[in-house]
Amino acid sequence: MDELKQVFLQESFEQLDALESLLLELENRPDDETTLNGIFRAAHTIKGAAGMVECAAVESFAHVVENVLDRLRNHEIAVSTQLAALMLQCTDHLRVLVANEAGVAQMEGEEIEAQGARLLMQLGEYGPGGQVFASPKAVESGVERIPSSSSAQNCWHISVRFGPEVLRQGMDPENFLRFLETLGDIRHLETLADAMPAAAEMDPELCYLGFEITLESSADKQAIEDIFAFVRDECQLAILPPNSKVADYLDLIRNLPEDSLRLGEILVRVGALTADELAEGLRAQSAPVDEPEPEARQIGEILVAQQVVQPELVVAAVAKQAQVSEKKAQDAKLIRVPADKLDHLINLVGELVIAGAATSLLAHTRRDGELIEASSLLTRLVEEIRDASLQLRTVQIGETFNRFHRLVRDACKDLGKDVQLVINGGETELDKSIVEKIGDPLMHLVRNSLDHGIEAPAVREAAGKDPQGTLFLNAFHDAGNIVIEVSDDGAGLNRNKILAKAIERGLVDAEAHLSDREVFDLIFAPGLSTAEQVTNLSGRGVGMDVVRRNLQALRGTINVDSQPGQGTRLTLRLPLTLAIIDGFLVVSGNRAYVIPLDAVVECIERPDSEHERNYFNLRGQVLPAVCLREIFSLPGERPARESVVVVQYAGQRAGIVVDRLAGELQAVIKPLGAIFRHLQGIGGSTILGSGEVALILDISALIKISGQAEQRLLARPEQRSA
Amino acid sequence: MSAIRRAFTEDFTIYRVAELKPVLLAVIQEGEHIELDLSGVEHMDSAGCQLLIFAKREAGAAGKTLAIVAHSRAVQSLIEFYNLAAWFGDPLVVPAA
Repeated sequence: MDELKQVFLQESFEQLDALESLLLELENRPDDETTLNGIFRAAHTIKGAAGMVECAAVESFAHVVENVLDRLRNHEIAVSTQLAALMLQCTDHLRVLVANEAGVAQMEGEEIEAQGARLLMQLGEYGPGGQVFASPKAVESGVERIPSSSSAQNCWHISVRFGPEVLRQGMDPENFLRFLETLGDIRHLETLADAMPAAAEMDPELCYLGFEITLESSADKQAIEDIFAFVRDECQLAILPPNSKVADYLDLIRNLPEDSLRLGEILVRVGALTADELAEGLRAQSAPVDEPEPEARQIGEILVAQQVVQPELVVAAVAKQAQVSEKKAQDAKLIRVPADKLDHLINLVGELVIAGAATSLLAHTRRDGELIEASSLLTRLVEEIRDASLQLRTVQIGETFNRFHRLVRDACKDLGKDVQLVINGGETELDKSIVEKIGDPLMHLVRNSLDHGIEAPAVREAAGKDPQGTLFLNAFHDAGNIVIEVSDDGAGLNRNKILAKAIERGLVDAEAHLSDREVFDLIFAPGLSTAEQVTNLSGRGVGMDVVRRNLQALRGTINVDSQPGQGTRLTLRLPLTLAIIDGFLVVSGNRAYVIPLDAVVECIERPDSEHERNYFNLRGQVLPAVCLREIFSLPGERPARESVVVVQYAGQRAGIVVDRLAGELQAVIKPLGAIFRHLQGIGGSTILGSGEVALILDISALIKISGQAEQRLLARPEQRSA
Repeated sequence: MSAIRRAFTEDFTIYRVAELKPVLLAVIQEGEHIELDLSGVEHMDSAGCQLLIFAKREAGAAGKTLAIVAHSRAVQSLIEFYNLAAWFGDPLVVPAA
């Protein structure tokens, strides 16, 4: 696929996203002109871009959509719920078409065509203009051009004033103009030397030349502008597209340094304007204001008043200008970088971290003070580079959240519910690779909440609640993790129903006494659904287990809280990044292990008296203890003095008993191979500065193990006393 | 009533325009009808062309006439490209073939 097409695909998806969110906005505020214009602009941009890369399918469909939007904008038809829904469907169809161009459509060709035909038929109900046009060069609707006999098809008007220094810099205007001829045919060229001062001041080495050029060319504006790229900063350049409006020419005249009348004549001579148009426009512009309107009228208004230009033409022109400047400003702020380049950078930084650690280790073993100082500076810089480069990959989660507006809206329509989506913390940043992977799980949770959580309006009212339900999406940072909450004010989980179902499926023993948390955790078990009926949204009992698996693959966890009648809250915890972490190095049985530093609360010495127990006393608080020696069956004798690293995860604390503490380090996470997938308590591996491999501990799993061990003991008290 | 003709063989380029400007101004000073023979000008660029425009304007401002009586191929080509032939108003010899 060529580069242009790639850019087109990416831009189209962006525009489609924008289109979708604007359409949703339009439903809430049907009279908002800005939104309507934004919608029209987005559709128009997609059409234009599709035309450029010759995606005829996208272009012709977008054209029809645009026609209907145009009528909407001109108040020929009114915004209605059906129309908004249809437009949303059209947006979806465009997305499919664009995906089809990219070869990633999830539909068959025939299916796409059938859908397209159906939508076109529906669009046809909203007035004429719903005809598919075949030729990609058809005149766009909505903007009518002033017929001008002398301006031929595809004649660009280029107005350029070269800066004084160009000749001295060895750039001859002639070369640029000659180069223009490679793009097309120079129909007419006028040389202007009006800027030349009197004899005494005239410096023959400075350039005073300007040109008005009519170029017949099928090139685009960018290509023409590119010709002047070398002198872009030095010269004053104005390019008017073929068949530009009179107002644009008059604007041009106003903006150029030369006398308006003289320029006007030139424009007439190059065939851009007719003499009458010019005379009318200029006279009106300079005429004294004798009408009651106090403010000076813009030339656009004048021309409108004289019926020379349709009002929508001026609106279109203004919107276009605003869009161009907006786009430019955005372009200046953002750079598109291929993701694999960033990944490569992150990899290199990872290696740099390891190499830096090796240097630092060497410096310490040599006991060379200066080297230690130098390497510590190096370490600090490497850390900064690491943070900065990881930052490059972070994106705000808001974009992911905003997608759910549409989902909520559609689901509400389907289910006959009224739900408001409230988003908090959309600006929270996290790694792009994680964002991509949590989209689906999140969608599942949102659907679940809509489908099972929030009750129908009548039920809500009967329960004394606001008939409109609320779904909250919340994101924030917490101790090196990102926390995402999906909560609703619905009915809450039905503890008994879940338990009954779980017993029925044989997931738990009928006699077992389970805490609320354990019961709620059952919803993540495969094949369990409490929904009485299966809807097309959810309720088939597949999903929650997949959600949990997906999250675990990202080293994340999910928790459920629920209050009957008040709602359910699902809390997702995810690491900020998958690549590099700050770690705390511990040693047990001569093996090195890394504990993520974010999880470490404090380190204490383990009193001899507690050696044989699997709990310990932290200032009066009893915490479970996990001895690495025991759970990993490490060889060798216990040292006389053991240490406990107190860790915390998702509000739970535990102690990890180790032989020795070895300090902080930066750990580049290397994933473990597939055969170690079922290993509990190990999250990954890393390479130390010495070249040794250290295992990274999975704190959430260890805490769970410690809890389970405790429960087993509680369940069999005779063992504990033994 | 003095008509003077002056032939140039130097290049009318950015490298020479600084020295050519006083020469041209001096020529305009000397006579009423100035005729420039540019048949020996092998190269001309925009700076040279601009200088000619300047000379023509200065002559006109002083109430004198300035005409280019002979063009070299380079001079003619650039004047034509810049669409200045009519402005200079000098007969251009259409090259044979």
